Amino acid sequence: MTRSGKAFGSFAEAVADIPDGATVAFGGFAGPGTPYNLTHALLKQGAKRLTCIANTTGGAHQPRMPDIGMLVENGQVAKVVCAFTAATRPTDQLPFTPYYERGEVAAELVPQGTLAERLRAAGAGIPAFYTPTAVGTELAEGRETRVINDREYLLEYALPCDYALIRAWRADAAGNLQFRLSQRNFCPLMAMAARTTIVEVEEPILPAGALDPDQIHTPGIFVHRLIPIPPAPEGLWTARRQERTS
Amino acid sequence: MSATTSKGWDRQQMADRLAREFQDGWIVNLGVGIPTLCSNTDIGDRDITYHAENGVIGYGPVLPPGQEDLHLVNAGGQNVSLNPGAAIVHHADSFGIIRSGRIDVTVMGAYEVAANGDFANWKIGGAKGGGIGGAMDLAACAKRVFIILEHTTRKGEPRLLRACTLPVTARGVVTLVATNLGLFAPWGEGFAVRELAPGVSFEAAQQATGAPLLPA
Repeated sequence: MTRSGKAFGSFAEAVADIPDGATVAFGGFAGPGTPYNLTHALLKQGAKRLTCIANTTGGAHQPRMPDIGMLVENGQVAKVVCAFTAATRPTDQLPFTPYYERGEVAAELVPQGTLAERLRAAGAGIPAFYTPTAVGTELAEGRETRVINDREYLLEYALPCDYALIRAWRADAAGNLQFRLSQRNFCPLMAMAARTTIVEVEEPILPAGALDPDQIHTPGIFVHRLIPIPPAPEGLWTARRQERTS
Repeated sequence: MSATTSKGWDRQQMADRLAREFQDGWIVNLGVGIPTLCSNTDIGDRDITYHAENGVIGYGPVLPPGQEDLHLVNAGGQNVSLNPGAAIVHHADSFGIIRSGRIDVTVMGAYEVAANGDFANWKIGGAKGGGIGGAMDLAACAKRVFIILEHTTRKGEPRLLRACTLPVTARGVVTLVATNLGLFAPWGEGFAVRELAPGVSFEAAQQATGAPLLPA
C-alpha cells in the first residue's frame, strides 16, 4: 500500500508493542498537537510502569480528553517528566497532583524551555548542555553548574524516549509531516528524540511526493507509524469539535 | 465602585500601567492571567510583537467563539488571531528566542517579589509540586522582567518583601512591579515608588509593603 509501510490500520495496532516500563513522550500544548487518539489507545492497551514526558499531565479543564492524568488514574504510570506537577492557578487541580503528593507516582519538574531543549538534544545527538534557566533556584540545588563568560549555567542532560506519540496535520506515505499553526509545539522535537514515533494525522495520508520537500516540518526519517484520524465520534478531534458533533 | 477606588487600580489598570512602558519595536511575552490584559492597552502606534512560548510570534486579539482557529492558541490556551508578519516555530526555537535574549520584556504574575529583584511564582507554601511552565526560562533570559500582582494577599499580608519566603523563580531580575497600589521598582534595600494609584497615599502603600519604600 505504501512505499515504506508506515501506514497503520488502527490506533490499537500502532501502540500494541509499547512495553511495560517504556518511556513515552506526548506532544501537544494547550490542545493543538495533543495525541488524544493514541493516548486513548494506550489507556486500553494497558502498558504499566510508564515514564511519560509532556508539557503537562493535563486534565485541569472540562470536557476532559484522554490525557496522562488518565493513564495515572489507570495505574499505568511510574513517573512523569513535565513543566507542571501542579496547575498554573492554585485554584485549579491537576488529576495527577494527588497521586504525586501521596508518592504513588514520581515526577521530575523541568522548566519548559529546558524540557524542549533536552528533547532537541536527544534528537540531535547531544548528550548534555548548559542553560542559564533555573540557576539559583530550588531546581538547581546540588547539581552541576559552570561559569562561562562570567555567567553561571546549569548542566542539563538530553532526554531520549522510546516512543513519541504526536499529532500532525498532513503526512505523506514516506512519513514526512506538516503541522498547522501552534500544533507544532513539542511534536518535531519528540519525533527526533524517540526511537519510534507514532503519529495521528488529521488529513488523509498523501502519496509520497505529494508534499513539497521545502515545506516539510519533520522528515519521514523520524516517523515510523501513521494513522489517519477517522471522523467523529469514532475519532477524537478536539474537546470543542467533539462537543459540536455530539 | 467605592471599594475598588480605595484599593487603587483594578486588574486592567495595573496591566495598562505596565503596557505603557512598552517601547516601539519591542518583542513582548505575556504570562497567563492578568499580564494577558496588557495586550488590550491602547499604546498608540507603537509596534509591538507578542511572542507566545508555544512558538507563536506576532499574535493578535483573542477571537470570539465561532471565529477561532482551533489549531492556534497562545500560552494561556486562548484562541488568538495572527497579525500580519506572524511566524510559527517549534518549542525549541521558541525558547531559543527566549534564551538568547531576544525578548525585550516578559510580564508575569507572582506570589512574591523581593527588594533585590528576586520573585516567586511557581510553588506555593507546603506544596510538593509546582507549575513552572516557561517562567524560569523567561525570567532568567528576557531583557526585562515586569511583575503584576495584588499588593497584598487575601489575608492582607504584603507580597512586596525584603526577601522571598517561597522558592524563587529567578534571582535579581525584576525591574518593575505594578500592583493595585501603584508602580514600584526594586532597588536592593526596598522599592522605589514610581507612581501611586489615585487615592493611595505613600503611608498606606508603605503599611502594605514588607520592605522600605523610597518616595517618588
